[in-house]
Amino acid sequence: MTLTARLAPYLQAAPLALILGVFLLVPLLTILMVSFWDYDSIRIYPDFVTFNYEETLFSWVTWKTYLNTLKFAVIVWAITLFVGFWVAYFLAFHIRTTAMQLVLFLVCTVPFLTSNIIRMISWIPFLGRNGLLNSALVEAGIVAEPLEFLLFSEFAVVLAMVHLYTLFMVTPIFNTLMRIDRALIEAARDAGASGFQILTNVILPLAKPGIAIGSIFVVTLVMGDFITVRFMSGGQSASIGLMMANQMSLLQYPAAAANAVVLLAVVLIIVAGILRIVDIRKEL
Amino acid sequence: MTDTTKPTGTKGISRRDLLKTGAAAAGLAAGSGAITGFPTIWAQNIKDVTLRQFGTGVSNINAIADKCKEDLGFTLQMTALDSDAVAQRAVTQPDSFDIADIEYWICKKVFPAGVMQPLDVSKMKYFDKLVPLFVTGKLTPESTIAQGTAPHTVGFVTAADSVEFAKEPTNWLTMIPTIYNADTLGIRPDLVGRPIKNWKDILDPAFKGKTSILNIPSIGIMDAAMIMESAGQIKYADKGNMTKEEIDKTIDFLIETKKAGQFRAFWKSFDESVNLMASGEVVIQSMWSPAVAAVRSKGIPCVYQPLEEGYRAWGGGLGIAKHLSGLELEAAYEYINWYMSGWVGAYLNRQGYYSACLDTAKQFMEPYEWAFWMEGKPAEKDIMSPEGKVMEKAGSVRDGGSFEARMGAVACWNSVMDEDRYMVRRWNEFIAA
Repeated sequence: MTLTARLAPYLQAAPLALILGVFLLVPLLTILMVSFWDYDSIRIYPDFVTFNYEETLFSWVTWKTYLNTLKFAVIVWAITLFVGFWVAYFLAFHIRTTAMQLVLFLVCTVPFLTSNIIRMISWIPFLGRNGLLNSALVEAGIVAEPLEFLLFSEFAVVLAMVHLYTLFMVTPIFNTLMRIDRALIEAARDAGASGFQILTNVILPLAKPGIAIGSIFVVTLVMGDFITVRFMSGGQSASIGLMMANQMSLLQYPAAAANAVVLLAVVLIIVAGILRIVDIRKEL
Repeated sequence: MTDTTKPTGTKGISRRDLLKTGAAAAGLAAGSGAITGFPTIWAQNIKDVTLRQFGTGVSNINAIADKCKEDLGFTLQMTALDSDAVAQRAVTQPDSFDIADIEYWICKKVFPAGVMQPLDVSKMKYFDKLVPLFVTGKLTPESTIAQGTAPHTVGFVTAADSVEFAKEPTNWLTMIPTIYNADTLGIRPDLVGRPIKNWKDILDPAFKGKTSILNIPSIGIMDAAMIMESAGQIKYADKGNMTKEEIDKTIDFLIETKKAGQFRAFWKSFDESVNLMASGEVVIQSMWSPAVAAVRSKGIPCVYQPLEEGYRAWGGGLGIAKHLSGLELEAAYEYINWYMSGWVGAYLNRQGYYSACLDTAKQFMEPYEWAFWMEGKPAEKDIMSPEGKVMEKAGSVRDGGSFEARMGAVACWNSVMDEDRYMVRRWNEFIAA
């Protein structure tokens, strides 16, 4: 009895441990291992060299690319947080029936029934030099020349990312807002709090776990993105993911692996920072 | 897809009928004729063979697999990938293919990895009919050899078990050449507003924010080199094998140009280039010939502009995987000989590429088609694509003219440089800048 009792929890944890081990830990360790290997234009050689990291860390391209990616992450995070919070707020507090809330929430997810590549690419004919928006603006006499910055620019990248990732912010925030006990708000109002004070002193603190989870989603998605940056910037802008994709396409796996390890470290630090500020478990 | 397959069927029948008579007359029928030459047991078993061919999209065409099944009896599975993925898969998963349909610069990377076996020239029925470009490097005895990874420099190895490229033709081919073309810049004649004559015209301030070059380092660097030399920025000893200083100078110039806002975008795939051109985002850019045809098929004017400095050429061929042996190996040789026997060559010629065995391809083309595609003469009637779509109206002339005018003006071949790794790193800086 004692043996089985002692074994039971291990057996229960085994499936998850196995899945995480085989599909997460082993690949990660492989990446870590390969990042120390040597390579030429076609093959990789088992070895222990550090120049993949040296080339990554001591090149201004890497730094510039990281800064660029971080810049995208911050801008997209700020916009999706703002938009996401207010959408969730509206759904949670201004829609009265639960059924309607659910319907409207599902409406938010409708665009996600198409692939995100399609949602992204459909911006291209819309924003292009002779695209719908530019033709409309020119014909309405608002601008004389088509606006060039709309497509193949950082503006386009941010726009597409906000479009793609806002729902990842809406969902967790909506979830936490729904859990807020309405009595708290009534109590605050009875105590004489203004609408703004209720928002900053009651709702925002209680929404923190949702905001934190949404932020983790958005930041990790933007940091790892490569296809949006490539298509929307017309290949003119770089992201870390794109840099890795380029290296892999040229068979420089060890260099890409080193890059991946560095990226993983950076993202983990960001996530740790977010979790440090907000204790997700405590407040859930 | 269905749109394009249907007309093939209907068109194919009439061509097939034509072929039958032609074959009967000339005693050509290379494929079916060859099968009877094999021991009977093979002729029966060969139907069970499946060969897996992979390569870049240009010649991995299902119509070829269908025709192969019809003529030779065995099955060909085609997989189309982009050039980087092809090189990757050939090296990292050498058992995943039987026949590699790759470009010569990829061959230079892949063959030394020992994943392919050389082809025995004595088993090649049409070896002596090959365009000399692939054997001696010269189109005509007088022509000079272009810079870069010219196909003949990586076309032969020293022995059956060698991976060392031979300087002279030997009995061992790395790949049988199949397809090649001369690339240049594509322009929108309606939007450029002036004649385009040189590679440097892409730098014209008038086209600021309306140009593009391709973001595949090994090819993009060659286009960049053509532009640099044309603009008088530098004179390369060998564009296809730059020194570190030459790479630095080229990339620095590109970065400067990029920062000045000359480029609208960089494209990586065929369809991106088509969309950029068709939507008017760019008016002059690096392009591949079928992309020009695709833009034109939308009714938008697009010219594959011949330039004074000449063309950047590329060539591809078929190689055999190392693991192939026995019946499958015989089938592969069979397939390669069939490939060279004309039907495929005519198919490729009609798409605007060139076949490496022109004599055999000619027999499968109508005289007016040959005159248009190969001799640069005005089309007597509408020129059809192999899928049966009208490509050119009667009276039009091929951009760049005849085969000799185009392939004779090759300035460099797509290449892999000794400083490849350095070049790629600098290229990434250019894209990130």
